[in-house]
Amino acid sequence: MSIVMTTRPPEAPSNKVASFKPTLLQTEEHHLCPGCGEPVAIRLVLEVIEELGLAQKNVSIIGHGCYGSFIMTMDVDSTLCLHGRAPAVATGLKRMRPEVAVWTLQGDGDMTSEGLAEILHATARGENITCILLNNGVFGDTGGQMTASSVIGQRTKNTLEGRDAAYHGYPIVIGDMVAAMPGSAFVARGSVHNAASIAATRRLIRKGFQRQMEKKGLSLVEILTMCPTGWFVPASGGADYMMESLGKTYPLGEIKDIAATEQA
Amino acid sequence: MTMRLMDGSEAIVEAAIQAGLRFYAGYPMSPATELLEYMAEKLPHHEGVCINAATEIEGINMALGAAAGGFRAASGSCGQGLALMQEAIAEAALNETPIVIFNMARNQQDYFQATRGGGWGDYRTITLAPKDLHEAVEHAQLAFHLADKYRVPVIFMGDNLLARTQMGTTLPQLDLAPLPPKDWQLDGTSGGTGKSRQIWTFGCGKTNDPGPGPSKHWERIAAKFDAIAEVEARYEEGFTDDAETLVVAFGSGGKFVEHVVREMRADGHKVGYFRPVTLWPYPGEALERASQGCKRVLVFELNAGQMIDDVRLNVHDRKLVKAIGGVSFDESGLNLGPLMDATVIRERIELAIHGASK
Amino acid sequence: MRQVTRGTLVIDADRCKGCELCIVACPPRVLTMSRTGNATGYLYPELAPGCTGCTACQQVCPDFVFEVYKYHEPIVSGSDAERMQ
Ligand SMILES: Cc1ncc(C[n+]2csc(CCOP(=O)(O)OP(=O)(O)O)c2C)c(N)n1
Ligand code: SF4
Ligand code: SF4
Ligand code: SF4
Ligand SMILES: [Mg+2]
Repeated sequence: MSIVMTTRPPEAPSNKVASFKPTLLQTEEHHLCPGCGEPVAIRLVLEVIEELGLAQKNVSIIGHGCYGSFIMTMDVDSTLCLHGRAPAVATGLKRMRPEVAVWTLQGDGDMTSEGLAEILHATARGENITCILLNNGVFGDTGGQMTASSVIGQRTKNTLEGRDAAYHGYPIVIGDMVAAMPGSAFVARGSVHNAASIAATRRLIRKGFQRQMEKKGLSLVEILTMCPTGWFVPASGGADYMMESLGKTYPLGEIKDIAATEQA
Repeated sequence: MTMRLMDGSEAIVEAAIQAGLRFYAGYPMSPATELLEYMAEKLPHHEGVCINAATEIEGINMALGAAAGGFRAASGSCGQGLALMQEAIAEAALNETPIVIFNMARNQQDYFQATRGGGWGDYRTITLAPKDLHEAVEHAQLAFHLADKYRVPVIFMGDNLLARTQMGTTLPQLDLAPLPPKDWQLDGTSGGTGKSRQIWTFGCGKTNDPGPGPSKHWERIAAKFDAIAEVEARYEEGFTDDAETLVVAFGSGGKFVEHVVREMRADGHKVGYFRPVTLWPYPGEALERASQGCKRVLVFELNAGQMIDDVRLNVHDRKLVKAIGGVSFDESGLNLGPLMDATVIRERIELAIHGASK
Repeated sequence: MRQVTRGTLVIDADRCKGCELCIVACPPRVLTMSRTGNATGYLYPELAPGCTGCTACQQVCPDFVFEVYKYHEPIVSGSDAERMQ
């Protein structure tokens, strides 16, 4: 089969329809693993921020996890705060700068394990912030241990025979908890395992930021992201593994949208 | 401002707001509770915000967020509450976020916590320990100034006496030098410019503007604390020129000791006093000078012996150093105990002198 | 066989980490993995004629390896000679 030359742009008349990276990344380079879902989710958030005209009107508050290294490449004002505390830091900043879009970037370990109090109380207060949760059901950064959102049966480095409810307890479905509280405006779960889900997730992130700018309350956009390294599966198998495991406990879609409720 | 009678806590809050405090988040704990109550009452009238945090950890992290946004921010509690804040205090030091932490302490047992800290990394916390409400009003202003000047956390160390004593005050304003604008603040406006800002403990910077990286960054922070130690130590002393007995005490204890020493001087005793106003940096050189020629250096503090370490480190002969304080609470366990009393202190000083001369 | 090519790519092959997510994402299946490694040793995708310019590969790629172009006029069969290796 013939192979098309792809080392430089075509000479025949054409339009560029997609760039390597979003404008709000300073470089394409990163050190995350092959097949990791996090860079894709971060790209979506940065694209939405730009689309909504918030590039020079946003601050990111980043937690501790593999995604944290994007503090070096995201071209937005950022701080990498203490593990789990991003919603608290975001609260202080947002209260003093209500005109700025303040968003957190957290993992499941960061949000549902270390920082459960912070996300729930920020929701209870109805803080106008957007929390992005990259859920891979594992502490990726520390090498693949169980978090509060690891699913039943999931093998991790400290649940070698799989997470056993009787011994390790049940996963926390943070989206449902946050949605049940009156302070939340928008709660949804997306995924980056294929192009269709990625497109749908972009729309969810967009709503998550819109509700903040409309001052409706806290938005939580959870995104299922592949962690082949922490799941001990090949990079090419991450997407399927994710939907077979996490996908069953964490169904995709909107869980709550206050705008929809208000219209009804 | 005209003279007004105020609770200590109220005066401290008023002074802090005058100094530009706009954000406070705290959790109740006696005797720091009134501070939170006054903050909640007053800040909203000054375009400020006070949040009733769910935990001390949440409170101080909120303050870090507000401070990262460029605003003067604080949190507060006392001993155990401060214990919960240690990770964040260290973080503020290492990522250079200026904040003030009010410790309206239950006693004097938080000396190690304030001066040694329980966070991680090579950091120190400037700690101001006012002896009375007049000084507290000054320190409430100075704390924010020093925090911004050096981009460090500053601990204001009070106690239940300061929090709950009433005073008449005009809230005199300190004449502090103007500070440069906060060109590091996260106001959200730099995104997409290629020069976006970053506040990060690891100091790695961004692709377009690489930072020094963790080792060099922390080396620079440590050097900054060394530089602060050179110039920011504050102290007060009296009758040290010819004192045979020097009594060292801090905070309210310093005020009591000063009073007792003046009384004893009037009675002809060769006694002097030395009070560190900053617990860190410790005014070690001044203490070394003050203790020259003394026969004994007595340390009065309401704990089992914490500041005494710093005294031993700094006097010319550590064998001269003797503790005359001790653990002393009232019955509730929340307040300074019966040892914080001029008569008792005098007895202990006299016992140390006469016991030694016998 | 008549082959219509509506789009094309620039592939920054040396940044590819070989995860193969793009291979399954491509609706017309015109991406295949190379047989030799890139600068870091990873196999990377190669493009055969028939790309639609749908951007699916660019969407799923965690390593920002693709730039996608759409031709103003579709190229029929192998006439994209200039871009053939
Ligand atoms: C107080 C504290 N405890 C533990 C850690 C170690 N730590 C760093 S990243 C991380 C895991 C983060 O997991 P998650 O948020 O799920 O992110 P992921 O790496 O999976 O993307 C942990 C436990 C830390 N940095 N701080
Ligand atoms: S460990 Fe998991 S989350 Fe971390 S970079 Fe690797 S794949 Fe991504
Ligand atoms: S743009 Fe679409 S058709 Fe073209 S290679 Fe990528 S996925 Fe395949
Ligand atoms: S998705 Fe990206 S990193 Fe993965 S194989 Fe394709 S080009 Fe390489
Ligand atoms: Mg995780």
